[in-house]
Amino acid sequence: MPDIKYSKKHEWVLVEGNIGTVGITKYAAEQLGDIVFAEIPDLGKNITSGGETAVVESVKAASDVYTPISGEVTEGNSAIVTDPSLINKDPEGQGWFFKVKLSNPGELSSLMNKADYDKYVLENPS
Amino acid sequence: MNQEILHTSLFNFHQACGAKLVPFAGYAMPVQYPLGIAAEHNFVRSKAGIFDVSHMGQFSIKGDETVCKQLEQIVPLDLASLRLNQSKYSFLINDKGGINDDLIVTKVKDGINIVLNAACKHNDVLQIKSVFKKPAKFMLHDELSLIAIQGPMAVSILESFIPGISNLKFMNGGSFVFKGQPAYVTRSGYTGEDGFEVSIANASAKDLCETLLNNSNITMIGLGARDSLRLEAGLCLYGHDLNSDITPIEADLLFGIAKQRRETCDFIGGSIVKNHLLNGIKKKRVGIQPEGKIIAREHTKVFHEGKEVGEITSGGFGPSVGFAVAMGYVNIECSEVGTSLQLEVRGKQYPAKVCLLPFYKKSYAK
Repeated sequence: MPDIKYSKKHEWVLVEGNIGTVGITKYAAEQLGDIVFAEIPDLGKNITSGGETAVVESVKAASDVYTPISGEVTEGNSAIVTDPSLINKDPEGQGWFFKVKLSNPGELSSLMNKADYDKYVLENPS
Repeated sequence: MNQEILHTSLFNFHQACGAKLVPFAGYAMPVQYPLGIAAEHNFVRSKAGIFDVSHMGQFSIKGDETVCKQLEQIVPLDLASLRLNQSKYSFLINDKGGINDDLIVTKVKDGINIVLNAACKHNDVLQIKSVFKKPAKFMLHDELSLIAIQGPMAVSILESFIPGISNLKFMNGGSFVFKGQPAYVTRSGYTGEDGFEVSIANASAKDLCETLLNNSNITMIGLGARDSLRLEAGLCLYGHDLNSDITPIEADLLFGIAKQRRETCDFIGGSIVKNHLLNGIKKKRVGIQPEGKIIAREHTKVFHEGKEVGEITSGGFGPSVGFAVAMGYVNIECSEVGTSLQLEVRGKQYPAKVCLLPFYKKSYAK
């Protein structure tokens, strides 16, 4: 069972070994609407949890994507740069944004599991 | 600034349609419906859409034959030569030659009808009244709704319920009847599509929308798609692409000034406009197309060869053209079509080019 965690800023992270894969949640993708642009971080960049790490733009507006975990960027998903609509089609799968080599795995404990995130979204509609 | 938010006559109807309502020019207006902005945009381009634009000011001036001349002091048209029911795009000019509002004027029996931008309408009315020396009857028609029906199928769908409208030529209007109720309909719009704007009593607005929506080729459209449609069509949004410090010449909207009045410039602020016409301008509104996928929104800084030369005033993604589109003001020496520009987005510069407007073009019913 893969361990997926969710942030209050509507990002998800899937951790496999010491690598976390980050994307935006299905709820966030639905709220943004049709995504027409995505920008991913440079390889090797050190990022800090809560920091602006990637960018996503819908027809309507630009939004920052905040990393829920700290570490070094090991990969960016160039497929979403070429075809940003992947983020709407499969936000928690093919529409992932970047991978991070975790520098502080302890941060994961402050994130929510699926049930808690679903409850959080219901109680905090945007 | 704790002003009460205003509702159009369709507020409850928008909610029932599942609209996402946002504050706009003091009104709660639908930014999108469940279909979403891009799908709504494409629906208008391929079929037809209904827009509630009742927040806009529907203003009428009734009076004697001097109404046209008096209004011409601040509207640079040749109003006297307009045919009955003919519409023209123009502006309210201020004493600096700047644009206080952009508007559509229609000549009607006994006077002039004007459609004003929602955010400007109350100031516009004050400005118009201030230049009238002879008495006239002014009315801002809050009792009327304004419903735009736009898209290639608008004419056939609307004709079924308001017979006769298909005979209208673009930028012409007339009095019609919807289910026994009077409606003033003009063939006009702000989407780059053929379409109509129906001025009808508030009490009939919902019935008109519901009746049209029985046809599956028409749907409700929010302000989000209205913005992307007008931007693709190269049309200006007041308060963004136009403001009171920008002249019609800088805005590249010379067509809003009647031909013979370009010679005389006999209107308020005319000396400044004439100077711009004769001696040129320092900056100009142009179309700007980013070369990659980067989206340059309003306030994006524009550079040419390392020097800041302007600013984006409207920008986004054009769903019909499939690429990023923008317009903005650049120094005149950088305004030639094809000029290379750089757009600064999130601290990085991206290549772009000056391009012709509109990005998307369709033929109107002439």
